[in-house]
Amino acid sequence: MPLKVEVITAERVVYTADDVDSVTLPGVVGELTVLPRHAPLMTMLQPGIMRIVRRGQEEEMAVHGGFLEVMGDRVTVLADAAERAEELDVERAEAARRRAQERLAERRAEAVDMAVAEAALRRALVRLKLAERTRRRRPSP
Amino acid sequence: MPSLRQIRRRIRSVQNIAKVTRAMELVAASKMRRAQAAALAARPYAERMRWVLADLAETAHLLEPEQLHPLLRRRPEVRTVEVIFITPDRGLCGGLPANLNRRAAQFVLEVGKPVRIVAVGRKGRDFFLRTGHEVVADFIGLGDRPAYDDILPIARIAMDDYVSGAADEVYLLYARFVSTTVQRPEVFKLLPVEPPTEAVTWRYDYIYEPDRETVLAELLPRYVERQIYEAVLEAVASEQSARMVAMRNATDNANGLIRDLTLLLNKVRQEVITKELLEITAGVEALKAART
Repeated sequence: MPLKVEVITAERVVYTADDVDSVTLPGVVGELTVLPRHAPLMTMLQPGIMRIVRRGQEEEMAVHGGFLEVMGDRVTVLADAAERAEELDVERAEAARRRAQERLAERRAEAVDMAVAEAALRRALVRLKLAERTRRRRPSP
Repeated sequence: MPSLRQIRRRIRSVQNIAKVTRAMELVAASKMRRAQAAALAARPYAERMRWVLADLAETAHLLEPEQLHPLLRRRPEVRTVEVIFITPDRGLCGGLPANLNRRAAQFVLEVGKPVRIVAVGRKGRDFFLRTGHEVVADFIGLGDRPAYDDILPIARIAMDDYVSGAADEVYLLYARFVSTTVQRPEVFKLLPVEPPTEAVTWRYDYIYEPDRETVLAELLPRYVERQIYEAVLEAVASEQSARMVAMRNATDNANGLIRDLTLLLNKVRQEVITKELLEITAGVEALKAART
């Protein structure tokens, strides 16, 4: 029996399909793969790359924290933010990474700002990693 | 009786106003559709979150108050109330800001306790500043397409104030989008979080990772953010539809005015022609009389 997968952020539904073979996600306690007939599960996610295998085709997505809920054959990802590979803006991610690194290098900022910068850096790195992987698999024309 | 030229000038200026209001109506209509779509697109997330929260909170009543998550803990005594007051930034949207302000004033009176105002939108902020009420924070310029990140600071303030004890209850006051013609000011209790009691038809024994309390502690702030975001999206849809209706009325009025003025113009023109004819014939008659 295939999996029904939904990736939802507060702003929109990023991905939805009901014939997925497996989903691999970055859980807080480690990467995990959900196959059909998985036990009901509720876990937090860390920023990372999510892999969806649908009819033998692999698709990758960047997810930035949030929750994963598995019940029956429904897999729901409530992500803080998520993008599909083709939606990624590499330049913007690169700029965000530089900005965050600069802010972290300053080291004078308050703890809150540091945490914000760190989170921004992690998000940028995930996006860049995904972009890099997508590019390598499909050499740009 | 105004001169022909005065009337013509008047008609032209009303026509220009009608053009402007018509354009504003169309812009508001398209923004309203977008705002409605955004509110709709955000719905699945909210729904899921409510289910999960209902499931998580199931055991909450078994716990002692001090074991509860701070955002769920009720205060035995309410001394200070905080209101997140969401209003439009701009006018020309009919009675919407006035209705919201009236409701807010009424709310402050009803509560009868110190009320901290967090103003989101210029109209509400200006209203409270005008009346001499303190505004603890304001957020202006969220725009017509607020992003989720834009409301995070608002949520931060609400949760910090609640947890620190600066406020014992936090409410949202915003314009609920009922329909294109009806927007109702609505008061919603944001904190303490009251877990949804939706009838859950099934019961799964979830495996929680890392554990139930951690998941709940992560989920609750997001739930609060979510509620605020939803309210902001509704408020935008309300504002745009109120503006659309107001501008449609303005266009209709302008067109009515143009009709009346055109009628007047024709009447005056006829009178002028009649007068001229009379003068000419009178002149001819006078000449005839003089000759004979």
